[in-house]
Amino acid sequence: MSAAGPAAAAPPAPGPGTAEGRATRRPLALRLLARPEVGVFLGAAAVFVFFLIAAPSVRSGSSMATVLYQSSTIGLMALPVALLMIGGEFDLSAGVAVITSALTASMVSYQLTVNVWAGVVVALVLSLAIGAFNGWMMVRTGLPSFLVTLGTFLILQGVNLAVTKLVTDNVATDDISDMDGFGQAKKIFASSFDVGGVQVKITVVWWLVFAALATWVLLRTKYGNWVFAVGGDQDSARAVGVPVTFTKITLFMAVGFGAWFVGMHELFSFNTVQSGEGVGQELIYIAASVIGGCLLTGGYGSAIGPVFGAFMFGMVNQGIVYAGWNPDWFKAFLGVMLLGATLVNLWVRRTATRR
Amino acid sequence: MADNGTGSTDGPAPETLAPEPPAPKAPAPGAPPGDEGAPPGDKGAPPSDHDAPIVELRGAGKSYGTVRALHDVSLAVRAGRVTCVLGDNGAGKSTLIKIISGLHRHSEGELLVDGTPVRFGTPRDALARGIATVYQDLATVPLMPVWRNFFLGSEMTKGPWPVRRLDIARMKRTADQELRSMGIVLDDLDRPIGTLSGGQRQSVAIARAVYFGARVLILDEPTAALGVKQSGVVLKYIAAARERGLGVVFITHNPHHAYMVGDHFSVLRLGTLELSADRGEVSLEELTDHMAGGAELTALKHELAQVSGVDVERLPGAEEVRAPVPGSPGEGS
Repeated sequence: MSAAGPAAAAPPAPGPGTAEGRATRRPLALRLLARPEVGVFLGAAAVFVFFLIAAPSVRSGSSMATVLYQSSTIGLMALPVALLMIGGEFDLSAGVAVITSALTASMVSYQLTVNVWAGVVVALVLSLAIGAFNGWMMVRTGLPSFLVTLGTFLILQGVNLAVTKLVTDNVATDDISDMDGFGQAKKIFASSFDVGGVQVKITVVWWLVFAALATWVLLRTKYGNWVFAVGGDQDSARAVGVPVTFTKITLFMAVGFGAWFVGMHELFSFNTVQSGEGVGQELIYIAASVIGGCLLTGGYGSAIGPVFGAFMFGMVNQGIVYAGWNPDWFKAFLGVMLLGATLVNLWVRRTATRR
Repeated sequence: MADNGTGSTDGPAPETLAPEPPAPKAPAPGAPPGDEGAPPGDKGAPPSDHDAPIVELRGAGKSYGTVRALHDVSLAVRAGRVTCVLGDNGAGKSTLIKIISGLHRHSEGELLVDGTPVRFGTPRDALARGIATVYQDLATVPLMPVWRNFFLGSEMTKGPWPVRRLDIARMKRTADQELRSMGIVLDDLDRPIGTLSGGQRQSVAIARAVYFGARVLILDEPTAALGVKQSGVVLKYIAAARERGLGVVFITHNPHHAYMVGDHFSVLRLGTLELSADRGEVSLEELTDHMAGGAELTALKHELAQVSGVDVERLPGAEEVRAPVPGSPGEGS
């Protein structure tokens, strides 16, 4: 080993940067780990492999289609919920808002005897309005979104039941499957298509399309930049001219849009809506986002992470059934996953921001 | 006032700092700021009317209800010069910058920009006139990459609307250029800005303000929460901003830091101007003395001696403090 080697090589190597910008490039592994979706990807892969081994029936194409379908119904809502979480806010009303949207479309169409598309449009407007209300209330009052949306959650839960009973004298809406436009709407929101002899639900496609769109918006547009900024440090963001109010309200409206979409799916796959459903789903969406690497306090996360998060949910949910275990264990399993994911997130954030 | 009164600046700054600030790389003439007495108007600053103030306060004041936070303060900010505003917590520094940066309206006197009286309603009005404020803790979003922070709120985009997207390559290139021209060299602009040191973060915020067309830069205690070395980094960029012909208002409660880069010093005390002097008219000792409120400090020493038996004679600087204290503060020389 020649002493001249490293000594001679040293001077030209450090360019103008090293002396002053001591910020040397971090190792690739560290930079990779700093991506929010890496942890959940490994977790999802582990769960997937685990059930492939533990439950042989999972290996068939139709089982996978079921797992993906289950994942997509969670994932479609987890996407906007994750964006909102990156923007620093919560929406506890997301679960019942799905049912509110479905009930609205169903009852408007049935009671007024109009084309179902009219009901679908009214439901969309209402869902966006609920989202806008959540956001506006939060911005105007300065209350935590947890409180505001807890209020909306209770209001919607009560209204769902009361109005449905008032209108239909029943806790469920009437079957709308024989109405005008139903077939058309079902094609969009709740049909299946054939892939190599396996029936795949169209929601899986929508899920992945929306995930791609959300990723693009988040990472490649001005708006995505603002989402990270309002979640990361709202006051700094406002000080440099980011429209904080606009960003937050539109994020809540995106959750409204998601609730509408999933609501339409439920309506057109089951033809009728149970007014008491949806309670507790909001926590599943939030959990899928957190498992997907979104920081509960905002400012950090991705749209791909929640896709894997939702897949983990679907996989565990169906995997337990296919493995022939008592499905009561599902929630316990989820709890463990959630805690594990949170710890991984914590560790990742510390590693990523280490000086 | 709402100063963050942490006062964590290290005391013996001048000795350690003097060799510290290396000259900024891009603007060549950046001599170490400490050792030049003359105002740098003759190098790089706008040639013609650099003596006309960009921003001027004439007998300005502000009352919050019955509390008079600021009274009869005059101050001129000129291109290519660093105006230091010093004062203890509660002296009115915050009120002063809030008036200039558009957060509050003055209730007496005048605020002139380019010679015309103005009343700013919001910080945006001030920004539109080229007055940018870099707040100490309101500068950046820690978890976002450096380049995203640099352009936050003023992102560069390309493409027509439905597919309008960030022009990432151009933003990274521009950010890198701008940072380099201020003498900040970062190898990886994709790092979360929270991983940079406090001084580097302030510097990025300063470079950002410069890039987005600031003519006057107000720095609210940029060195207050920083260590000795970090403060040196920030002072260096203040000097670099001056080289580029900006008017800088440097708020601080550290006279050592102020004296290293300042061309003009205004000391506030209980809401009024206690001292307003150019660099040539005041020494660091006098500045320190005004800043510390000399007479009060002597009184404090006596109290300390009575209460806890501190050996007053052996306190550092006891001589200097006692010697130049005139009966009434205000006569600077």
